[in-house]
Amino acid sequence: MTEPLLRIEDLYVRFRTDEGTIRAVNGVNLEIMPGEMFGLVGESGCGKSVTGLSILKLVPHPGRITRGKIWFRGENLLEKPESAMREIRGRHIAMIFQDPMSSLNPVFTVGHQITRVIRRHHHVSRREAWERAAGTLDDLGIPDPERVMRSYPYELSGGMQQRVMIAIALSCGAELLIADEPTTALDVTIQAQILELLNALRIRRGVSILMITHDLGVVAETCDRVAVLYAGRVVESGPTDAVLQAPAHPYTQGLLNALPRPSARRKSLQAIPGSVPGGIEEIPGCPFHPRCALADDLCRSKTPIMTPVDSSGAHLAACHLIGKSEG
Amino acid sequence: MAFVEARDLTKHFVIRRGWFARPTVVRALTGVNLEIERRETLGVVGESGCGKSTLGRCLIRLIEPTSGQVLFDGEDVLALHGEELRSLRRRMQIVFQNPFSSLNPRMTVRDIVAEPLKAHTNMRGSELTARVIELLRQVGLNESHLYRYPREFSGGQAQRIAVARALALNPDFIVLDEPTSALDVSVQATVVNLLEELQAELGLTYLFISHDLSVVQHISNRIAVMYLGEIVEMGNAEEIFHSPMHPYTQALLSATPMVDPETRRERIILEGSVPNPANPPSGCHFHTRCPAAMAFCADEKPPLREINGRLVACHLHE
Amino acid sequence: MQRWLGDIIRRNEARLLEYRRMGRAFRRDVLAVASLIVIIAFALGAIFAPWLTPYPEQGEGEPNLSEKFSPPSPEHPFGTDNLGRDVLARVLYGGRSSLSIGLMVVVIAVAIGTPLGALAGYFGGWVDELIMRVTDMFLAFPPLLLAIAIASALGNSFTNAMLAIAITWWPWYTRLVRAQTLSLREREFVAAARGMGVRTPTIIARHILPNVMTPVLVQATSDIGSAILTGAAMSFIGLGVRPPTADWGAMVSTGRVYFLGQPWFAAFPGLAIFLVTLAFNLLGDGIRDVADPQTRRSVQ
Repeated sequence: MTEPLLRIEDLYVRFRTDEGTIRAVNGVNLEIMPGEMFGLVGESGCGKSVTGLSILKLVPHPGRITRGKIWFRGENLLEKPESAMREIRGRHIAMIFQDPMSSLNPVFTVGHQITRVIRRHHHVSRREAWERAAGTLDDLGIPDPERVMRSYPYELSGGMQQRVMIAIALSCGAELLIADEPTTALDVTIQAQILELLNALRIRRGVSILMITHDLGVVAETCDRVAVLYAGRVVESGPTDAVLQAPAHPYTQGLLNALPRPSARRKSLQAIPGSVPGGIEEIPGCPFHPRCALADDLCRSKTPIMTPVDSSGAHLAACHLIGKSEG
Repeated sequence: MAFVEARDLTKHFVIRRGWFARPTVVRALTGVNLEIERRETLGVVGESGCGKSTLGRCLIRLIEPTSGQVLFDGEDVLALHGEELRSLRRRMQIVFQNPFSSLNPRMTVRDIVAEPLKAHTNMRGSELTARVIELLRQVGLNESHLYRYPREFSGGQAQRIAVARALALNPDFIVLDEPTSALDVSVQATVVNLLEELQAELGLTYLFISHDLSVVQHISNRIAVMYLGEIVEMGNAEEIFHSPMHPYTQALLSATPMVDPETRRERIILEGSVPNPANPPSGCHFHTRCPAAMAFCADEKPPLREINGRLVACHLHE
Repeated sequence: MQRWLGDIIRRNEARLLEYRRMGRAFRRDVLAVASLIVIIAFALGAIFAPWLTPYPEQGEGEPNLSEKFSPPSPEHPFGTDNLGRDVLARVLYGGRSSLSIGLMVVVIAVAIGTPLGALAGYFGGWVDELIMRVTDMFLAFPPLLLAIAIASALGNSFTNAMLAIAITWWPWYTRLVRAQTLSLREREFVAAARGMGVRTPTIIARHILPNVMTPVLVQATSDIGSAILTGAAMSFIGLGVRPPTADWGAMVSTGRVYFLGQPWFAAFPGLAIFLVTLAFNLLGDGIRDVADPQTRRSVQ
């Protein structure tokens, strides 16, 4: 079996605020294989973005990583000094966000911004960097790269801006791309273009992609494996088809049942009762038990651990009901 | 006669960049015709800039159409003025996408929900409060929420407040402008259910605007698909979803990510992005991105014509 | 009746909680609290001056020339001036004219500027053109010159000085409120109110004005400092408050002649102007941080 490219072990992130300490991430474990598209899915406030930012040690103030290890190429990133992290960001691990416009500097041309990133990590001349940038854009299927490079960010459409962000992310040859809701702000036809592009990159360049999204449809259509996050914990993970076609955790089941489906038109949707916890008050036992119809005393007192759901051993879920008689 | 009817509805926004610059005309809506029956939900889908929000706002005259006609229960909405228009507003309401921007952050829930009642009725004091409580209960909230401010609520609860406000005057017609787009899936489900229950209970007519085809097909009886200010396909929701006829509808459906493998379609990836509505392409607006475009699509605009009980504007179906 | 009473209590409870929350946030802002204390100290000093100092504002009848220019001492902590008057007493009394000029100028300017700005911003079109061109005219006039013109036309007095400054001041509020209104007008809660058939005056009163009051309050607080400064400048050049009434600007004006030999005469009123102006500016910043509901979202 190949070594994972990235392994997150027992990650905890806390935000100290005036209202109290927010437990944003509560012991996340996950592994991303080389060349894999890995989905991290959950609703707002589940800790998926914070997990993504933790990998690059970019958790914003007042957040702090309080425990855990993040292994990348045999090294624990959490023990690395800031200077070493700057080298890793962009060079080895790159990140793109929901709103490309806020990540691009409005007063410089796109070409200027891409070449600057290239020159920060590689000792090449301005011309070489420019050619390399144009090559990357061309590689991403952007028509007329020279024109795009001479444009300012606001002159480009949202989809084109996101492509430029991907080009910047990949121009230095990063092995891992963290994509935090990369298509949420885009129209569906443009979303389809970007997803297609990310998929092609993975296949052609062998880039691993951590796809952070709230959209189960996006996960279903693009990811090899997926982890479902709830209240800062992975509650279910495994091959995408297994998790989405045969969900084992009541939360995953609830999410899937809440989706409007063409097969059940005009029938009322199944909502999950209650709302996502705020992360300040500690929930004893299973974090999902207050909203779970199947919860019993065990669920209220003991936190379930990730358990294999089927014989393959790849599909895991953190629920006390697994293994008990069905029904 | 239909309950709500738009005839040749057109809205051009004129944007002036300065005293000497030539004004730009953005054609947000061009010659839209539609009918909505009583107690029906008409879904409107399309990408950003297709004019779906402009359509909704023109129908209830939140913005003035440039030309065309809107008939509401037989009454010519655009011919009304002053008090006549104001009293017609009792019967048509709107719910916006983001409750945190559609609810005044400095007003309590009671004042927010009471506002339309104060504007149109003589209800005051405890009578008013009682009616507000009744409305809150109707949307699944209660009197403990009366004196809170919008920011103290989650997105789903805040959207319920907006719905309660829309219901206050017992309207017949509600424009729902992306009412669930800012919400998480599990919360979206509760709001969609609420809207459906209220419709059944109160006999409401909806115009449901969304970019999300799966929500629209779920809630709508009929669907109108818009592209660059025009309706390109309109008909029964189920039929459109299962056998889209217009190439744009087909592309839109195939691009919508689906969880179930059986509803997934072969991806049609459209080239480029939506053209600028200030300068739309000639002929069929979609020809620049259409995988099935023919030479004369650039010259001749296809009219919206009826084919098997459905309206389609495409030269392929002639 | 019972229910109606409970209604009012509960409603005020919500407001009270809101204020309490603001109070807590404000108290954490050390600079703002310190500024408020400075301002309150000056205000109390001005109001209770007769009880705080044994010396009257204008000296004891005849100028006590034998005691002129005595340096700071236990008897006269800030020394005495060229006529032998106690500088501390005059700084305390001087706060009366300075603080009331600052306050009144801003109150008048806000009262004229805010409604005009709201009308211009909400209605746009020719209403906007008319109002904004008039404000442009006022803004194009050098403020001190206009004040001098008014003072010479209406006579040199405290009230006229105040009016003169206020007249040069309101256009800034018109501009501020108009800009705020323009963006508020596009907000969805205003569209929602229009869609519900709420009448225009009600929309302006309930949705526009309450939401522009925060920036106006912040601006007004900082402006009190600047208005005091302008008032001081006017009395420095001999307009406005007339001697022998105590005024910080006038004291600096007279004292500057003796500054090399007897610095306390000009320095203490100057320090008072500096402290009060600074305090109002910092207080304005503090209010801005506290009063904006957008920056303090607390999800239940």
